Amino acid sequence: MTDSTLSTQESIFTSTAKDWSSDMTTFKGVPWGKAMMWIFLLSDTFIFTCFLVGYMVMRMTVTEPWPVASEVFSLTVFGVSVPLLLIAIMTFILITSSGTMAMAVNMGYQRRKWAVFWLMLATALLGASFVGMQCFEWSKLIAEEVRPWENPMGAPQFGSIFFMVTGFHGLHVSVGVAYLLIVAIRVVRGKYDHTNFEIVEITGLYWHFVDLVWVFIFAFFYLW
Amino acid sequence: MATVEVPYQETVPLHHPKTWIGKYIFSQDHKIIAVQYGVTAMAVGLVALILSEFMRIQIAFPGVLPFFTADHYYQAITMHGMIMVIYLLTAFLLGAFGNFCVPLMCGARDMVFPFVNMLSYWVYLLSVIILMVSYFVPGGPTGAGWTLYPPQTITAGTPGFDWGIATMLISLAVFIVAFTMGGLNYITTILQARTRGLTLMRMPLTVWGIFIATFLGLIAFPALFVSAVMMLLDNFLGTSFFMPAIVSLGQKLEYSGGQPLLFQHLFWFFGHPEVYIVALPAFGVISDLISVHARKNIFGYRMMVWAIVAIGVLSLIVWAHHMYVAGMHPSFGFFFATTTLIIAVPTALKVYNWILTLWRANIRITVPMLFALAFVLTFIVGGITGLFLGNVIIDIPLSDTYFVVAHFHMVMGVSPILAIFGGIYHWYPKLTGRMLNDTIGRVHFYFTFIGTYAIYFPMHYLGFIGVPRRYYHTEIADFYPLAAHNLNKFITIAALIVGVSQILFIYNLVHSYFKGKKAPANPWGANSLEWCTPETPPRHGNWEDRLPTVHRWAYDFGVPGEEKDHIPQTVPRRKAS
Repeated sequence: MTDSTLSTQESIFTSTAKDWSSDMTTFKGVPWGKAMMWIFLLSDTFIFTCFLVGYMVMRMTVTEPWPVASEVFSLTVFGVSVPLLLIAIMTFILITSSGTMAMAVNMGYQRRKWAVFWLMLATALLGASFVGMQCFEWSKLIAEEVRPWENPMGAPQFGSIFFMVTGFHGLHVSVGVAYLLIVAIRVVRGKYDHTNFEIVEITGLYWHFVDLVWVFIFAFFYLW
Repeated sequence: MATVEVPYQETVPLHHPKTWIGKYIFSQDHKIIAVQYGVTAMAVGLVALILSEFMRIQIAFPGVLPFFTADHYYQAITMHGMIMVIYLLTAFLLGAFGNFCVPLMCGARDMVFPFVNMLSYWVYLLSVIILMVSYFVPGGPTGAGWTLYPPQTITAGTPGFDWGIATMLISLAVFIVAFTMGGLNYITTILQARTRGLTLMRMPLTVWGIFIATFLGLIAFPALFVSAVMMLLDNFLGTSFFMPAIVSLGQKLEYSGGQPLLFQHLFWFFGHPEVYIVALPAFGVISDLISVHARKNIFGYRMMVWAIVAIGVLSLIVWAHHMYVAGMHPSFGFFFATTTLIIAVPTALKVYNWILTLWRANIRITVPMLFALAFVLTFIVGGITGLFLGNVIIDIPLSDTYFVVAHFHMVMGVSPILAIFGGIYHWYPKLTGRMLNDTIGRVHFYFTFIGTYAIYFPMHYLGFIGVPRRYYHTEIADFYPLAAHNLNKFITIAALIVGVSQILFIYNLVHSYFKGKKAPANPWGANSLEWCTPETPPRHGNWEDRLPTVHRWAYDFGVPGEEKDHIPQTVPRRKAS
């Protein structure tokens, strides 16, 4: 390690220590709403962590067989069964929506209100289509006689935990869609003109969090 | 490092209400919200107090209350526990003290988002109403004990196994929403809206306690939320998260394959930090009371802060010490016993520092100081029995006896209540502009302090001789020695006296509000910012046009070479000559 890297490392630590030992604000230049959203997301992380830990415990303890993910979550296209096709599309859509959201944040700081509006609208539409596909997936499973309390393919806990966790995540996405639409409309109506448009970034934080949670749900439910 | 430019919090306009309703009912003023939280918590706490008196009468004099059946007894146990832990202690220490102290002690005009703060109270009130509704649903409230362990919680035979448990779980979920809205405000205010010169290491310890406790709440309550959702699904959708295949009343239930231990882990991952959510604000309040009324700086301020942080972190990895009897791998038990005992180190550090603050101090035996001293004594007793119960081999024979009841009532029942009383006697003059009656306060103190010792000290003995907790009918329990029966009668009489003596406190609060002596701006000679407001009681917005500037910590008492025995935080430091 050269001297210069050591000194930059030190400067990061010293600047962090300086921020934390300063008066008035601990996170310099961070608006109140943004700090509050980060802390809320910390709390929400623990909700999803508890759900996923519950899921892992269920997988470890049930005695009946757990359905094979690549068979349950496959779609038959032109007579060929493609495993995880729908999920792949859903994941792609949600991650794309993160991209449009990030662009909206960038436009926000450039004060281009209509660009913000259209990008947030696109994000909301992608999110809504995600929820729509989730409804399709749910109805497919329900048609296959999977219920929260029973599951013809084995352990009843598969249905319980799948509907509960994806439902709770879908609820987060739906709330996020509503949140995006409200903020987008308020942006073009000029409600945030006196600010730095940090509300777009705050909305974005929530949206990226919901995406990140989906990545974990995807890994745990569909790849395990 | 004070900066020259105008801080952001000085530019935020306050929403000044124009109507009476906007000012006192749907108020966004943190002080009014604190009073609303406090009054609601005290009202619901009185319900819990009355329930506990019913239980005590039933234990000591079975048959005196013919309407009090076994089901009622178990419902009273459950409601008493849940109300005390969550709807009284958490709501009072964080909702009332948090709302009152955080903006005033941080030199802020209000919480960062006053509207969310107002919603927090109204959602809390909703959760209290839902909880009380459980007395009017078919079957009454749940009687599963406050830990709500499945499978018995939602199995026929337990009182309120269908509707009572539903209202309880929904009420808890709603409370968590309320707490989250309030808690986000406290943390953001402390981190981002302090006044000029107020660094984190100059904050009064009350704010530190509330700060870390709120963090713990935001991390721990999700576990309770998740377990409440899963249990509601088990109850109403017939899922089997927590329910194994089970035979109940001669019939095999539909459930299969669930894991009751998962609930216990989730519950105690919330339940143990909850102890510290209650204890840390109490620690903070007591540190401030002791320092102010002993006219001496708090001993080891930095260590007090780091002890709060350390207790907060450690409290997240000790939860399974509540589950030793559930059956666990010995090395698992070893891990949790070790972490539990390690918590004793920062906790003992705090107790030593309180005592060292008192050492050779100019102690003024005021009513708040009496409560603070009583807190330290009670906390030592409760903490030391915690060392017994933290060890697996001692815990197993003592589990589910009155020793456990005595332990947790001492450490997280009586102690935080004493801190709440002390805090009320301390801050009431600032809140209302009137002094509380000193004589009534002293009488109330001695009844409460001596009375609670008369209640809980003998319970340790009951526990050692193996008297189990939660038994409804003690008369048919022939295995109790006669001494246990007599002690139970003694405890009940003490409990009735303590219960009735709380009327003094309520009378004092109400009477002094109208007829009390006018309070000066700083009756105790304290240093922290809430005593430096331009008006007493502080108006909406707390400060003049300019926020106060802080130049020192809150504990400059009896500084050598100074004229006055206390120097408020707003007084500039003298240049070194």
